[in-house]
Order: sequence, then C-alpha cells, then structure tokens
Amino acid sequence: MKKILAVLLILVLVLGTFTACGGAKEPAKAAEPLTVGFIYVGPIGDGGFTYAHDQGRIYLEDYFKGAVKTIYQESVPETMQDVTNAAKNMIDQGAKVIFTTSFGFMDATEALATQYPDVIFMHFSGFKMNETNFGNYFGAMEEARYLSGIVAGMKTKTNKIGYVAAFPYTELLIGINAFTLGAQSVNKDATVSVVWTNSWFDPAKEKDAATALLDQGCDVLAQHVDTTGPQIAAEERGVWAIGYNSDSSAAAPNAFMTAPVWNHGIYYVAQIQKVIDGTWKPESYYGTMADGYIGLLPLTAVAPEGAQAKVDEIQAKIVAGTFPIFTGPIFDQTGKEVVPAGKSLTREEIWKMDYLVKGVQGSLK
Amino acid sequence: MWTAFLFAAIIAGTPLLFATLGELITEKSGNLNLGVEGMMLMGAIMGFSVGIWTGNPIMAMIGALLAGAAGALIFAVLTVSLRANQVVTGLALTIFGTGFASFMGKNFVGKVTPPAIKSFFHAFEIPFLSDIPYLGPILFKHDVFVYFGYLVILIASLYLYKTRRGLNLRAVGENAAAADASGINVTLYKYVHIIIGGALCGLGGAYLSLVTIPVWQEGVTSGRGWIAVALVIFASWNPTKAMLGAFLFGGLDILGFRLQSQGIQVSQYLIDMLPYVATVVVLILSTRNNKKEDRPPQDLGVPYYREER
Repeated sequence: MKKILAVLLILVLVLGTFTACGGAKEPAKAAEPLTVGFIYVGPIGDGGFTYAHDQGRIYLEDYFKGAVKTIYQESVPETMQDVTNAAKNMIDQGAKVIFTTSFGFMDATEALATQYPDVIFMHFSGFKMNETNFGNYFGAMEEARYLSGIVAGMKTKTNKIGYVAAFPYTELLIGINAFTLGAQSVNKDATVSVVWTNSWFDPAKEKDAATALLDQGCDVLAQHVDTTGPQIAAEERGVWAIGYNSDSSAAAPNAFMTAPVWNHGIYYVAQIQKVIDGTWKPESYYGTMADGYIGLLPLTAVAPEGAQAKVDEIQAKIVAGTFPIFTGPIFDQTGKEVVPAGKSLTREEIWKMDYLVKGVQGSLK
Repeated sequence: MWTAFLFAAIIAGTPLLFATLGELITEKSGNLNLGVEGMMLMGAIMGFSVGIWTGNPIMAMIGALLAGAAGALIFAVLTVSLRANQVVTGLALTIFGTGFASFMGKNFVGKVTPPAIKSFFHAFEIPFLSDIPYLGPILFKHDVFVYFGYLVILIASLYLYKTRRGLNLRAVGENAAAADASGINVTLYKYVHIIIGGALCGLGGAYLSLVTIPVWQEGVTSGRGWIAVALVIFASWNPTKAMLGAFLFGGLDILGFRLQSQGIQVSQYLIDMLPYVATVVVLILSTRNNKKEDRPPQDLGVPYYREER
C-alpha cells in the first residue's frame, strides 16, 4: 500500500512538472486560421534569445488578428528526436508553417522538410535550405554591433572595454570585430578584452566573467551572451554596459546604455503574408538595419553626449547601403593585414571570418 | 589582483556553501537527496517573488527557506515514511523544482527586486575584522547573506560535533537500527534534518536570485545543485571542509575568466572540468587513506524498516 502511494506521489511530482512546463498549447479545431508553430531552444523566461523570438511570435499573432494562430514549444533539446517530436506534434495540431529557432535544429529541420513537403519550414541561423519548402533566416547583427561599439568607444575613460562572449565561433567573431571597429572609429586607443564563458545561459557565471573584466580596469562592458549578468556587474561598480537582445534599463538603470536587438516579428509577418498570398518561396534571408530586422535601441540618458547623433549619422549611411561595416584596411591581432585598403567584405566573406581584429585582447581557444 | 580574485571566489562560492551544507545535513541523517538543484530553484523563485510582493529582504529569505523546506518535506514523506527509492525521488524533485520555478517565474521575467532589498544586500565592511591584513579585505567586506553563511557553518559544526542532538543525528545516519534501539526517534530526526537541509538549499538558490542577479531569469542555478552534491563528497561530510570546498569550487568557477582577462591562455573547457577532477581525486585519496571520519554515513541511501531489524 505504502509503496503504491509512493509511486503515485512520484508520478504526481513528475506529471505536475510536465503540465507546469506546459508544452505546446491547446489543440487546433478545424483549421480556419493559419497555424504557425515555433520551436524554441530555451525557455521564454530567459529574457534574452528565446524571449526575443517569442516577442516576434506575439507580434505576428497580433498583426494578423485571428487570421494566424501560433503554437510554440519551449526548451526543446537540440537532438534529432526531440525536434522531430516537437514538429510532428505541431503538424498534428494543424501547423502549416514551422519556425525552428536554433542553429542545432538545422539537420532535423532538413529531414522534416523532406518528410512533410506540405509544411513550410524556416530555420534561424543555419545555412541549409531546399527548393520547395525549407528556407533559412539570419541578420547582419554586425551593423548594430558596430554602432554599439561607437557608443562604448565614446564612453570609456580607461580605454579598456570588456566583452563577455559565449563561444568562440564565426557569429561571435564577427560581432566582436564589428564592435571593436566601431569603438576604434571614434576612439583610436580603445581596446576590447574578450572573456569566453562557454555557456549561453548562466547569469551568475556571466556576472563573474564581467567582474573579472572590471577588476582589470574595464569601464564599459558589452556582451554576446543572453543574460543581464554583465550589466548588473557594471551597475554595482558604477560603470557602464551595453546589453543584448532586450532593454534591460530596469535591471541596470545607471549602467545600461543601449542594446543591439533582433526584431524577429518584422520577418515573421513578411513571411506569413507571403504564405497567405501564396507567393512564398524558400530563401536565405539576411535581414539588415534597412529592413528593420536588426536594430539598436535608443540610447539612454547615461550614454555619452553626442553619441546618439553619431550613431544616427552612421546608421543613416548603413541603411542607405553606403557604409559597409568591414572595409579595409583591417588588421588582425598579429598585425597582419586581412582586408586591404579600399576593399569591403561581402556577406560570404564576412561569414568566413576566423580572426580577431587588432585591438582585441583575447584568444580564440 | 589576488585579493580581488579571492573576494570574488567567496561570492561565487556562497550559493554552493548553503546548498552543500544543506545536502550535508540531509546526508548525515542517512538520506541521499539528489533534489538539491530543484530545491535551490524553488528557493530562488520563492525568495524572489516574496521579495517583489513584500519588498522586505527578511521575508524574502524566509520565503526561500520555506520553499526549500517544502520541497524537502515532499522528499521526506516519500523516502522516510513511504520508503521510496531515494535516488529516484531526488531526481524527480529536481525535475519538479525546475518546473515549479519556470511556472512560478513566468510573470516575473525581467522584473527587478525593489530598492529596499537591493540596499539590504549591499556589501558593507565589518569594523575591525575588515582591517585584518590579507584576510580582512577578502572575508569581511561582503553582503549580509555571506556573513550569514559563515554563521550557519559555525552553528552547524558546533551542532554536529558538540551537542547531544548532533551525536544522535550522526548515529541515525550511521546505523538507524542501533539509534532506534537506544531510544532515538529515527523518523523525527530524519524529517527534521531533511527539512533543515532543504531550507538551506533554498537559501542557496535565493542568494543567486536576490543578491547575485536581482532580476528574474530562468535557470539561475545552472547546475550548481549538482556541484553541491559533489562537494559533500569532496568535503567528506564535514561542514568546515564544506566551507573551504565551496569557496575553492567558487574560485575554480571564476579562475578561467581571471586568466583570460589577464591574457593568460588556458582553455576554458579545461577550467570547467577542474571541480569534477578535484572531486574524483579527493574520492580516490579518501578511499586509499580509508580514515573513519572521511567515510560517508554508513546507512546513507538505505531506507530504515523497523520491522526488519
């Protein structure tokens, strides 16, 4: 008897968890509205990466007012089986379009696209696609990072800027390099010290990494990780920070200057409009500031004087297409010229970047 | 440089300190509760939400304490009264606690603790003590939560080794049948200490959500509960060693960042591995030495059936 009760209680614990985590939402009735599914790698509660995607989902649903119904599943592990299950579950609920929003979902999405030719798949941050029902999307975050670099370069007094980054790979290298070039464009002596945390999401650890940079004399922090940890570290020291993904002025009112952000909603609305019109075709979308897909939040009152004007000036050029971010001469850390004077990198060349530019302190290991 | 590093190590080690001590007390009663991560998260979210609701730091800490205790109570009912498998129950509690925190935290994402709480947890210097050369600036310029940690370790050491009740508790963990025979209420001892252990784990979680990052974000513990379980073994079930271990592991946690920011190039992966390597080394050493006081409580993980004595 007691054993049975024990087993029952354990089951209640476990099942309680599943219902609490809430998987995908209520089942669809006879599909009048277009059902769109979102597969997230993290919890919406991360206040960062997945949160930004979910804001896009909400924007999409609000925009089409009843004509589009969205369903989502959070914290899906990056394995073939988990992604496939999540997607099948959504297709069973009538999903006609599915966005998979993490790099690690790429291969599973490709397989699903073959298996379900009637469902449209769009994958964030990957490079695979097909001719019929599978596209990918990403954005020129380097544009916003460059602008945030200008803000940091103007703000720093010690000329040492700290940068808390997750993992050393292409996307982050591009961001760090763009940020550094931005900072150096207004402050020749500015250096950027990078610390890798080896995790996307560990608020306390990211704060610790930031503290290490502050102890080294950095007085402005930037980040390519998903939490407010570094900004809180800056707030406590009375110095300044640039966020990522969302406005964290509430968390660090005296430190937060601005943040590069993704406006996923704009892309989702454009794509779903095409699906509804029947004109959708797979593409490899690379959103820009000109599209509004990439943005820099308006500078707060703690940002340096004149920075907003400078940012606006460069941003106007970027939007007009006359300001390629990576224009030579650019030197790498060893002083070797990697981009000759007068040459600008194309999108393909940018994504082959495997170096850090001069003025960055930190290794690729 | 060294002072700043050790100072930061204490802060990084404090959540580990509470969680490790909580698990240590639980294990002293002979029950292995692997739900530390879950109880920490329950404490983190309850501490945070009570803090938001009341704006009172003491209430927030009590909320965290009660949440951890509530998680431990579920564990105690299952493993002590119903004698369910402790490992399975502990794992279920971790999953439950994680889900509970996500669910409760939905409305708090991005919210910030009120100023009264922030200022309460501001670091301050303890007069005289902070003037001690070397140690003072490292140990006595922290927030009140850290000082509370020192106090709790002191109390726990005295309780375990200098009081009758502590002796009884250790007896329960070593051999519940013998303790029962000598008139100790085994069930009561197990319940009380599992619940106290859970409450301390809850406080450990609350340090992360109230002091370290006073903004609610999911997954604040990021596996620290599991490190705490390893730390109990590392500390060979001794509270003083647990404190040193917690600060050592806290230091290892941030060592990589310090080296990187100094321009010293060591792979972060290697650094992330160190706490686990250290635990394995200690395990091997203590097995080889085979000293009595380094052994786990003998009845650890074994449910006690009075009828089967």
